[in-house]
Amino acid sequence: MTTAAKPGTTSHALVVVNGAGVRYREGGRVLGALKEIGVKVPTLCYDERVGPVGTCRMCLVEVEVDGRKQTVASCTAFQQPGMKVATHTPELREYRQTLLELLLSETPSPNECPKCQSFATCEFHSAVNEYRARWDRFPRLRTRQKAADPNPFIQRDYDFCIACYRCTNICNDWEMASAITVQGRGQDSRIHTFFNNMLLESPCTFCGQCVNTCPTGALTDRKIVGKTDAKKVTRTKTICPYCGVGCGIHLLTQDGKLMGSEPDFSAPSRGSLCVKGQFGSWEFVRSEDRLKYPLIRRGGKNGTLERASWDEALDLVASRFKEIIARDGPDAITCWCSARCTNESNYLLQKFTRIALGTNNVDNCSRT
Amino acid sequence: MSNSIEELAGVRFLLVAGSNTTETHPVIALRMKRAVRNGAGLVVIDPRKIELTRFASRHLQLRVGTDIAVLNAMAHVIIKERLYNAEFVKNRTEGFEALARHVELYTPEYAAEVSGLKAEDIAATAREYAAASPKAAICYTVGITEHSCGTHNVQAIANLAMLCGNFGQPNSGVNPLRGQNNVQGTGDMGAIPTDLPGYQKLEKPEVRAKFEKAWGVTLPRRRGVTKITAIDQMLRGKMKAVYIMGENTVVSDPNATHVEHALKKVDFLVVQDIFLTETARIADVVLPGAAFAETEGTFANSERRVQRVRKAVEPPGEAMADWQIILELFKRMGHPQKATEPKEIWKEAASLAPILSGITYERLDKEGGLQWPCPTPDHPGTVYLHTDEFSTGQPGFFAPVDHIPPAEEPDPEYPLVLTTGRRRVTYHTGTQTSRASGFELLVPHEWAEINPHDAEGVGIEDGERIVVASRRGRVEVPAKVTDRSPRGVVFMSFAFPELTHTNVLTNDAFDFITETPEFKACAVKIEKLAAPAAD
Ligand code: SF4
Ligand code: SF4
Ligand code: FES
Repeated sequence: MTTAAKPGTTSHALVVVNGAGVRYREGGRVLGALKEIGVKVPTLCYDERVGPVGTCRMCLVEVEVDGRKQTVASCTAFQQPGMKVATHTPELREYRQTLLELLLSETPSPNECPKCQSFATCEFHSAVNEYRARWDRFPRLRTRQKAADPNPFIQRDYDFCIACYRCTNICNDWEMASAITVQGRGQDSRIHTFFNNMLLESPCTFCGQCVNTCPTGALTDRKIVGKTDAKKVTRTKTICPYCGVGCGIHLLTQDGKLMGSEPDFSAPSRGSLCVKGQFGSWEFVRSEDRLKYPLIRRGGKNGTLERASWDEALDLVASRFKEIIARDGPDAITCWCSARCTNESNYLLQKFTRIALGTNNVDNCSRT
Repeated sequence: MSNSIEELAGVRFLLVAGSNTTETHPVIALRMKRAVRNGAGLVVIDPRKIELTRFASRHLQLRVGTDIAVLNAMAHVIIKERLYNAEFVKNRTEGFEALARHVELYTPEYAAEVSGLKAEDIAATAREYAAASPKAAICYTVGITEHSCGTHNVQAIANLAMLCGNFGQPNSGVNPLRGQNNVQGTGDMGAIPTDLPGYQKLEKPEVRAKFEKAWGVTLPRRRGVTKITAIDQMLRGKMKAVYIMGENTVVSDPNATHVEHALKKVDFLVVQDIFLTETARIADVVLPGAAFAETEGTFANSERRVQRVRKAVEPPGEAMADWQIILELFKRMGHPQKATEPKEIWKEAASLAPILSGITYERLDKEGGLQWPCPTPDHPGTVYLHTDEFSTGQPGFFAPVDHIPPAEEPDPEYPLVLTTGRRRVTYHTGTQTSRASGFELLVPHEWAEINPHDAEGVGIEDGERIVVASRRGRVEVPAKVTDRSPRGVVFMSFAFPELTHTNVLTNDAFDFITETPEFKACAVKIEKLAAPAAD
């Protein structure tokens, strides 16, 4: 349901991207116009949730307004009516390639990138591949130092850090935890907490937003990294099993086994998670002490719970229910639904109570 | 929630009552902090100095259980100073005069006396709320509902929202934040004694006729009983069998010893769960269910958004999805079902519940979540409720409610109030978070938060193991001496049942309308651990 032209107006102002017209949006950034028609440029310092900071310069494009040409960062520059945009001229390609090669000169070989190995090719190395950037084009610079931080959730391999500051921006402006900050400048800049660089001793809430915005392998989920193979991992889009916000997550599986989770950026929660959804949503599923077969108490009320077959257990439930209905009437039985089970299971259980048992004694745990 | 989570970021004023949002709903708290950053006023009503108060323009640190007095006093100021939305009140509501007469007595000064707040702070909050309307929202959680006067608390909140026309508008409304992932959906599906799916009242003949036709049976007419009543009937020997799906009742319910006793008394207890929980351990039959990652289905979140849950892995061993187990039982009880897959089960439920009728798995896969009411296939879903009329079809009714003190008030023997809640990194009874590695470093065990003044009175130091005792039981727990707890208030969660079974202390007095237990207030005392016998 897009805005139909009002009678009387004949045309709309356009922004022309690589020859294709896009509707001009007042106050919109040039990057928005590119996204609208699916033109991609690397945006290494950009996260739409905190807005543009314009430091990585990877998103530079050439714009022309009233015959005047200019090179601008598409994430920060505003659209103008009639603006012409070129995104992949030979000069821009070369420029991006050089920028990437400079970043490569201060980071370890892409083959060692933990994100690329365990999850999926990271944003930085995807750009490196796309622009055929060479690792050894420039003399090698000192890489940043990994953080010796033993927290159980976030691995901080800052040797891969490209100083885009998405992590500190998301932590301060989106999560508003202010756990991490940039110290020093340029090559000497590093990401640090305000105190001793231990996240457990900082205001960090372990929301994982920094991990998920980081465009390289500098920040990864410690529970997964090194245990999965990016080529074999599959993702299942689902919902976090904890609170009533219902944030979207992806479950990661490999060879039929649950390996981890990631936020789902396409869900209404826009990638937000708390520590439970980020780092606690799947281990309990895999836990060794899950119930694996039905149990029946044998030897009367003081007897013990022992393994039984499904048929035996289900027949017993049905026969006991029938017996009690016959003896005491259906209202002597009650069923309690669960706020942790699906709608479908709850629907069935209340229906079962009403039609198979014949009572309205059905309730749920929302009261508690 | 009458409105949606994302809308909270755009409110001009936010009143958060009895919700420790940064801990219980961190992701919603983000939207709240965003609103503050965008210039919205935030007032927190809570007995404890919770983290959200750091972002608040005012913290109304009232005495436990005095919310109604404060909310009524706000209504008093709004009416007296003619700050209400006269048009909304005239067109959309009923009972204004009665409310006006009722809250006449609730002067800010009176409320101040009851709650321990300052009268001018209550009045200022009322004025700010009214001035920002209709872009003023109220959020609350169990801090409001888990009182014996929980329903009245909610009504007092609704009164304020109706007075100022904060319904049917974006960035406004009355927003209960749901504790567990599918609390909303459980209600939507008719897991309530009085309601069939879609909140259709069983007592209405046309509703019954529709379901009887669809299900091909005659529905029982006798009123069903709630959990609380059922527990009572077990103790009296009237309730003989219980079937519990996915709930650790013995730990999560108030006055746990009492509940355990009741469940042990029934002839036949069936528990369906993914772990051998404390409740499963006392069952006669334990049925192994599947976890969320092992089944297809849907959940409905706090903002009424139905979203797809998808299967990533197979359940372990012989465990089966909950719906599969119930289908098996249907067969054995002589009622085989036609709908045998989650998708078909949803279709059946949606076809019978008009608020859900437009929602299909296909649409959910394509469009992401859909917020009910969504009555037709081309309906986009409803971001906020009550646009032109209240969803009940009736005018909004102002319910005059009164302040009722908690059922059990402190006395010389049990001089403190225990209030319980959740901490961010642990969840409910802890069956899930206790199995996630690393979480033990964040909150290794339970503790009781005690005000420095109260601790000093008994000679207790920070970190010391102490005894917290109520009329119903006692637990040992380390003390955390902190001014997060106001004087006279002890705070504990219930996530570590094996070590600290908090709910043996709590009271099973309950709200007489919804029968929600009063978790939020009971009288306790604190003691030093008996020193090992000297000499
Ligand atoms: S996990 Fe969250 S709180 Fe911690 S540093 Fe990252 S963004 Fe900040
Ligand atoms: S750690 Fe990642 S997100 Fe943070 S500055 Fe370095 S590269 Fe950017
Ligand atoms: S994305 Fe535009 S400058 Fe980094």
